[in-house]
Amino acid sequence: MAETSTTTVGQSYGRLEGHAKVTGRADYIYNLRLPSMLHAKIHRSPIGHGRINSIDVSAAAAMPGVHMVVTGEDVKTVLPEPYYGPAFHDQPILALDKVRHFGEPVAAVLAADPHIAERAARLIVVDYEELPAVYDEIEALDSEAIVHEELKPAGTFADLKHLSGRRDTNVALDFHLRLGDADKAFAEAVHVFEHTFRTQQTMHTPFEPIVAIADVTHDRAIIHSSTQSPSFVRYELSRLLGWPESNVRVRTGHLGGGFGAKVYVKVEALALALSMLAHRPVRVAQTMEEQFYTITKHPSTFRIRSAVDDDGRIVGRKCEVWWNGGAYADIGPRVTQKSGFTAAGPYDIENIDIDSFALYTNRPPAGALRGFGIPQLVWAYESHTDIIARELGIDPIVFRKRNILRDGRPQAVGTIVKDGEFEPVLDETARRLGWDRPYDKGEGAKRRGRGVAIGFKASISPTTSSAIVSVNADGSVIVYCSTVDMGQGSDTAMAQIAAEVLDIPLDRIRVVNPDTDVTPYDMSTLGSRSTFHMGHAVRLAAADAKEKLVAMAEEVGMPEGSNAPLPELFIKKFGMRAGTIVGTANFKPDYAPTDPETGLSPNATPFWMIGATGAEVEVDTETGQFTILRMINVCDVGKPINPAVVETQLSGAAVMQLGFTTTERMILENGQLTNPSLADYKVPGIFDMPVIMENGMIEAEQHNGPFGAKGAGESGTFGVSPAIANAIEDAVGVRIAEMPITAEAIFRALRAKDGAPLEED
Amino acid sequence: MSRHTINFTLNGRPVTADVGTHQNLTEVLQESFGLFGARESCGQGLCGCCTVLIDGAAVTSCLALAAFADGSDVQTVEGLADGEELSPEQEAFIEIGAFQCGYCTPGFVLMTRQLLDENPDPDDDEIKHYLSGNLCRCGAYPEIVQAVRLAGEKRRAR
Repeated sequence: MAETSTTTVGQSYGRLEGHAKVTGRADYIYNLRLPSMLHAKIHRSPIGHGRINSIDVSAAAAMPGVHMVVTGEDVKTVLPEPYYGPAFHDQPILALDKVRHFGEPVAAVLAADPHIAERAARLIVVDYEELPAVYDEIEALDSEAIVHEELKPAGTFADLKHLSGRRDTNVALDFHLRLGDADKAFAEAVHVFEHTFRTQQTMHTPFEPIVAIADVTHDRAIIHSSTQSPSFVRYELSRLLGWPESNVRVRTGHLGGGFGAKVYVKVEALALALSMLAHRPVRVAQTMEEQFYTITKHPSTFRIRSAVDDDGRIVGRKCEVWWNGGAYADIGPRVTQKSGFTAAGPYDIENIDIDSFALYTNRPPAGALRGFGIPQLVWAYESHTDIIARELGIDPIVFRKRNILRDGRPQAVGTIVKDGEFEPVLDETARRLGWDRPYDKGEGAKRRGRGVAIGFKASISPTTSSAIVSVNADGSVIVYCSTVDMGQGSDTAMAQIAAEVLDIPLDRIRVVNPDTDVTPYDMSTLGSRSTFHMGHAVRLAAADAKEKLVAMAEEVGMPEGSNAPLPELFIKKFGMRAGTIVGTANFKPDYAPTDPETGLSPNATPFWMIGATGAEVEVDTETGQFTILRMINVCDVGKPINPAVVETQLSGAAVMQLGFTTTERMILENGQLTNPSLADYKVPGIFDMPVIMENGMIEAEQHNGPFGAKGAGESGTFGVSPAIANAIEDAVGVRIAEMPITAEAIFRALRAKDGAPLEED
Repeated sequence: MSRHTINFTLNGRPVTADVGTHQNLTEVLQESFGLFGARESCGQGLCGCCTVLIDGAAVTSCLALAAFADGSDVQTVEGLADGEELSPEQEAFIEIGAFQCGYCTPGFVLMTRQLLDENPDPDDDEIKHYLSGNLCRCGAYPEIVQAVRLAGEKRRAR
């Protein structure tokens, strides 16, 4: 793009919906009620893996006020093949024959009073035959416990077809990348390093819990949902129904957070089935607790090995990543592939092997959570990279810069990097940290240290966004797009883009909430793809409308380049304030598929996201307690459409990752989740903030982005966890290899280092 | 499930509601009065999304049984603005951009109101202490602290 100067784009406007949010009037679906609506409450599995012998619903059905009790077999009477999922059709709407994880939905009770439905759901009695279960991704590789008897890949993905019918395995998908000759590089290497890192299971905890209301009548299904993926939900429900997509309407409002919890189908299919059975609108509204059973972030194990020469050049890297996807695949297979190919880190390494595996286990399902697997990878490769630098006696920044990817060089997947500000991001992090200045590391029990880490992500590709921009006869404008504003400020950004192209003030633009009857297709609001993809679609649709306005002006005899107000133009054309000018666009970036043998592609992504963190910590060696004195988040954000909103994204992403790094962990005991509540699962509060937090934006033109912009919603997460681990090693000389980083873990490591290890629990 | 009739003042107006003994105030505000500014999230009084002021004191309404609201003065976020004129706290949250998804915002705005009623010019530490019972999953804490400071300035200037 050759846009040189802009008036609306690049300005820090407040969010369009700000007034609604501070007055409590924002339109969350959780707050929606429909006439004659029933509430559904769910009876869930108390075990991790078992066969269902029988379900006794008689006591629940007999409770006064209960409208209906529904089991998986009942669902089959209205939806004969009730399995859904974006990559695999493996997830039943309600359990059939088996349960595969603690908290899996087994039956639902419908009542006008939600309290009655809730009490009745507890009266359902299910007889299970418990089966051997597996919860660990490594054990799942050769466990006698098999989660799914047969793999059922969705037919829509050509590259998953070979998995169809595969039996007796928990490996849902394996992805392999081979670049150069890693075996040779390792055989010839002067130094070889090997480490294994692990991450824990965590959850998004969007504060507006997952919710859907379905209203089905004859040949029409209307779904009000807190979804990030209205177009996909329409597609998937129409597939389940065997109906044309035009018979299914999926609409949403503003979302009270999403972070990936609300992508693809969550409770919409259940609401649909229940409404079909009850012939009434049905609301399925999860509690905070129920969200923990629905979607989580992958636990992972990553074994990483590096071959390094005497000059501190990484000449080979071998990465093996095992993703614990839980009982249902959700989008895990795509995490395995699309994040998998960045597993060797943002370094220019000529010989790389990557093996990335999606595993089924009996944990609650895992999917995408702000980074699509990237934070798990960065945790490992940036901890590993830091250890290498220290062991070779090379400054960690110098070591990284010696190996960093630069524009014009191929990333591991074979795609040449363009507009990837790796080195500037690293430099700015070091500069803000004062890396070159002498540093007081403390004495006595209080020791201080500093660490950095840098990570990156490719945009999920190829994906499509469509938009409509209509110009009303008074010159005001409506933008129709299916990008969901869940707090990231996309409505404001899309309005700014339309305002810029049409050269009208922002307050004359309305962005319509996604509604598949009205707003055109969008792949989904995920992976920081909207600013780039939908930004282009809105830009092109606005340009299309503008072209039509110019043609109309010419037709009515206005002089070329006339800046007559739009209302005058419409009156000239239609004789009164009437008519609508509609611009449309579809946008899909270029893409080249990965080679099935080597995993390589000359064009795997339209842009790269880059984020680094610098951390400064103080550790109390007597207790392991630590304080984050400073956290500096620096990201390559392209040319931001709205700099203030982008900065809050960067900062919020880092705060969220700080929780995953230090406090958040889902605890399973015998397959049962023991802490599915905010009382025992600690998300960051105001006192968990670092003493000082700074955000830095590298504003660099993305050559193929709308007005030079790129996605930035996840980049702030990338470096946080390993930067803190690296700072802790710098402070007290111990390495934490498993998240979360807790005072106990540090204290245990300190004791082990002193030759006086504590006993295990 | 027995029921009670309660009378209380809601955002300055006297109201009556027929409530079940098991119903919490969040539910009654939503189902009887159509007010959704106080909203359930964690359901355990930990996140603060359901914050309301009862007799001027901030309360997590998901833990407050509605029956006990009888005779009290309840203020929700919907009662803060005077017609189209936003309160200084609301203005400050907009001007700073102290929210992302906005789901927790009414709770933070009401806590800010109560804080500034008690302490017109709090320092950052006092602000953090006061707001530590409210959670923001989007992590807008740095902006929230700024917004409280700005709200204080606005109130002192009025």
